[in-house]
Formats: sequence, structure tokens, C-alpha cells
Amino acid sequence: MSSIAMNKPAGFWKKLSTQRQLLWMSLPIVLYVILFTYVPLAGWTMAFQDFKPAKGFASPWVGLKWFVYLFSDDQFVMVMRNTLAMSLINLVFGFTFAIGLALTLNEVAAKRIKSLAQTISYLPHFLSWVVVAGIVSTMLSSDGVFNIILKALGIIKDPIVWLGQPKAFWWIVGFTNVWKEVGWNTIIYLAAMSTIDPSLYEAAEIDGCGRLARIRNITLPGIKPTIVVLIIMNLGWIMESGFEIQYLLRNGMNADYSQSIDIYVVNYGMRQGNYSLATAGGMFKSVVNIVLLLTANWVSGKLGEEKLV
Amino acid sequence: MTLRYGGKLYLSTRSFLAELAFSVYKAIVLSFIVLMTLYPFWNTLVISFNQAVDTTRGGIYFWPRIWTLQNYKSIWVTSNIPNALFISVARAVCSTVLNLFLTTMLAYALSRREFVLRKPFTLIVLLSMYVNAGLFPNYFLLRGLHLNGTFWVYIIPSMISAFNFIVIRTFIKTIPESLFESARIDGTSEFKIFIRFALPLSKPVLATVALFVAVGAWNAWFDTLLYNSAKPELFTLQYQLMALLQQSMNQSKSAADINTAGMAANILASTVTPMSIRSAGTIFATAPILAVYPFLQKYFVVGMNVGSIKE
Repeated sequence: MSSIAMNKPAGFWKKLSTQRQLLWMSLPIVLYVILFTYVPLAGWTMAFQDFKPAKGFASPWVGLKWFVYLFSDDQFVMVMRNTLAMSLINLVFGFTFAIGLALTLNEVAAKRIKSLAQTISYLPHFLSWVVVAGIVSTMLSSDGVFNIILKALGIIKDPIVWLGQPKAFWWIVGFTNVWKEVGWNTIIYLAAMSTIDPSLYEAAEIDGCGRLARIRNITLPGIKPTIVVLIIMNLGWIMESGFEIQYLLRNGMNADYSQSIDIYVVNYGMRQGNYSLATAGGMFKSVVNIVLLLTANWVSGKLGEEKLV
Repeated sequence: MTLRYGGKLYLSTRSFLAELAFSVYKAIVLSFIVLMTLYPFWNTLVISFNQAVDTTRGGIYFWPRIWTLQNYKSIWVTSNIPNALFISVARAVCSTVLNLFLTTMLAYALSRREFVLRKPFTLIVLLSMYVNAGLFPNYFLLRGLHLNGTFWVYIIPSMISAFNFIVIRTFIKTIPESLFESARIDGTSEFKIFIRFALPLSKPVLATVALFVAVGAWNAWFDTLLYNSAKPELFTLQYQLMALLQQSMNQSKSAADINTAGMAANILASTVTPMSIRSAGTIFATAPILAVYPFLQKYFVVGMNVGSIKE
């Protein structure tokens, strides 16, 4: 035992000295990753202090004060509700629309039409949220196209300022996410569909199965593992309802429904300089994320799917 | 009774009708997707070229009623746009070059099976994907490093991404080992092997990663708000557009947020409106992506598929 322990380091250093070049190529970058990813974790101590930038980490310790404050803050309860609601809407919309579109695209035989539609539908994925927010607020303005269509269809009489409607906010975010990502999200499903054995479809056709029967009995079961893994992993990100789109579309009128946990953190930190509370909020989110991610990973393993971490 | 449709023979009217209905459904879905994706751009484009005061009368949907370049002129002249454009381009270029070079070098070193530190180093890099200290701990680190208020705050914190590392390393592992081995026997140093062989051979995957990094750098704006909001000369295009947007949505926001965009609107209040300015800004910030998109789109699907093959 002891001889192995003695020998290993000696061999290790000897080997490493012959691999100096690889070490020089990787060590600085690994140190960089440590500095920019792991070192900031030390900043979590701010959550247990009355942090003042002037005093730095010599600020007084206050124990769990900010966590107690957080969980008794009515605003935080509201923020959690908004975050979870928007996440859930994004999750459900994201999956149903992407799977629906992928199933439709998969049935399009004309290659050029299919790839043209795909190319166009991926485009919004590459736009910034600033651009998307600009487009959304133009579309939803009182004289915008959305109001015009609703008026033409006789659904509403007078134009509605949609971004001023608090209860519409979650759904605006949900549909905006669909608009931006639906095409992009089909890629992974289409890739899964392309691995399905074509002879299954041929056999089904000979047996007299219609299109819908083939989709239900061959395509959907074929992409089920992909769907399961993606749903589980996305449940692990349930605290991430997005930040930019809410930040850009929020206003005084929809504030009660638009504030997500990230905006709460930014508001307390940047506007009020309460870095301790902001860090406590962010830390709460990170810890929940990690717990959910590990749980999701464990469930994924239990179900016999590939583990993702 | 037999029917022919789409080069196929149908044995019954029922199956023919079902197939026809399905074709109609497909056509509707595809048209809807294409229309839904493209029309908002078109509408924004049309508004950006229409005279501002006229736009407020409504009815601008498919074609400008009164053509003008005034909206573009006003954002070009009165706001910080030319400089912001330079900053955004510089940011995208620096980020992409540094990201590709460093990530590929790391991926090459950590793809060498014999490297004794391969496993711990790889773990440190991969775990970084799941670790995030949060906004303010990161903020204080960058402040401590005196990066705030400089151009480098856009570049240095995001030089390595664990996801891109996986994508590139997966690709490098597919390059035949014998290629590197023969160079090594000749006594070529690892760094030279990386420069002469690994880097050029990885071109296909680097094109994909470059696209992702460049788009990410081009689209970022929040770090400007956090670190450089007091330095108009370092504003990025997206940040400028954000200011225009916020100003047009919420006229009474604090002066700091509105910044130069507010000035622009005040000076030209008689000829342009926030909506027109916003449309012109949106088109301005989107145009570069629209211009390169058709040429690059063949790469990213390849990249997505490489990325989905883990380990």
C-alpha cells in the first residue's frame, strides 16, 4: 500500500516533466477557468454579511438575516410565483410547439421546401433579445399588427395596450420564446427522427397504416427517449425563466407579473446597493438549480436514460 | 376506383382524401411558420423607412406610405451609433479569435490520452458549465480586477465556454492519431503540432463555434449596463438599441438609462418618434446577422449535432 503511494507521485512528476508542453498549453487556461468561475463563489459570503463595498469582506457578519428577510418578503413570494409560472409556460409551450413542428417538418417530402422552412424558422434564434423585444413591442403596440388582426376578426373592439396588461405578460413572454426558439428546438427532434429505421414506415404502409397512425405508432415512440431526457433536464432549470426579455418588456403597469428572480436580484443590487440581499437571492437560485439538476440527473439514470452530468 | 396524386397510387377515395387533407395541413403550417417569422421583420423594416409622424396615423403594414431615410439619419447623427458599431464589431472579432484559439488549444491538450492531468483538468472545465456564483459575486471579481470601465470586460470574462470545449474536443478526437504521432516522432513540439495540424484540421467545427461565439458577442448588452454604463464611448450597438427601446417604452425612466438615446429623441422630437427610431435601430442591429446568415446556416446544424454527442 505504502509503496504504491510512494511510487505514484514519483512516476507522476516524472511523466509530467516530459509533458511540460501540454501543461503549458492547458494550465494557464484551467487557472483562468478557476479564477472566473470558482473564485467568485467566495462572494457568497456577502449573503451572510451587511456587505458594504467600501469595507469589502471585512463587513460585519449577520448570519442568516438576509435569508430570513428574503423568505418573509412579500415581493419575493410574488417573484417566485412569476418565475415558476413563466418557466412552466415556457416549458410546456417550448415542448409542444417544437415537437408539433418537428413532426410536421418530418412529413414534408419536398427537400428544398423543408430546408427553406427550417432555415427561416431558425433565424430568430440568432437575434438578440433587444431586437426581439423591439419587434414584440412594435407588434403589440396599440396601433400594431396584433391589435389590427384581433379587431378585424371581431375579437376586440378597441385596441389593447398589451404590455400594459399585467395578466397578459406571462403569455407574451411564453409566445415570444416560442417565436424565437421553436425552429431551433426542432433540430434535436428532427435528428432523433432521422435515426428511425425507414423500413418500419414501409412495413406500416403495407399494413395499411395511415399517416397519423404512423406518426403515433412509429415517430413518437422513436423520439420518446429524447423527449424524456429533455423534459427531465429542463425541469432542472425551472428557476431560469429567462432574464433579458422580462427586463426589456417590463414597465410600471406590468411590474407585479413581470418581475422574475433575476430582476429582483438586479433591482436590489444595482438600484438599492443591497448586495447582500441580492447575493442571498442569487445563491438561493443557484442552490435550488444544483439540487434540481442532480435530482434530474438521478431520475434520468433511474429511468435507464443516459446520465447527463 | 384508383386515384393518382403526387406520383402515388391510391386504392380508395378515403385514403386519397386523407393524404390531400394532410398536404393542405402541411402547407398551412409551413406558410404560417414562414409568415410568422418573416412578417415582423418586414413590418419593422417598413416602419423604419416610413416618415415618423405619418406612422403614428397607423396603417403601415406592407409598404411605406411616405418614404424617408430620416429615421436612420437621426440615429446615425444624434446618438452614439457609429462608435457603438465599431465597439460591437471589435468585440465580436476579438471574442471570436481568442475564444477559438484558447478553447481549441485546451481541447487539443486535453484530448491527449497520455497527459497525466487530463482527467482533473477536464473535470474542472466541464463542471464550470454548472457552476455560477451569480451576478454580484462576478461583478465584484471583475471590479477587483479593474476590468470595469474598460473594453476588456467584454472579452476577458468569456474566453472559454465549456460547451464549445466539448464540441471542439469531440471533433479533435475524430482526427486520426497517426497524423499527430508522425509529427511527434519528427520532434515537433506539441504547440507546433497544435498550430500546424490540430487547428487547421478542425476548421469545419471551428466555423460552427465561431458563429456561436460571434453571435453571442454581437448580441450581448447586459455587461455594458453593469460595467460600462458610465462610458458612452464603450457602448455596444445592442446597448444603444436597448436604451432606445427602454426610452420609447417608458418615457419617464431615469436619465442614466436613457442616456444619449433620450437626447436624440428630444432634439428631433418634431421629425422622429420613439417608435420610428426603435424600428430603425432594430433593423440596424439585425442587418449584419441577416447578411451573414444565409452563408453560415449550413454550419450550425452540423455543430448542433456534434454538440449533442456527449463524451
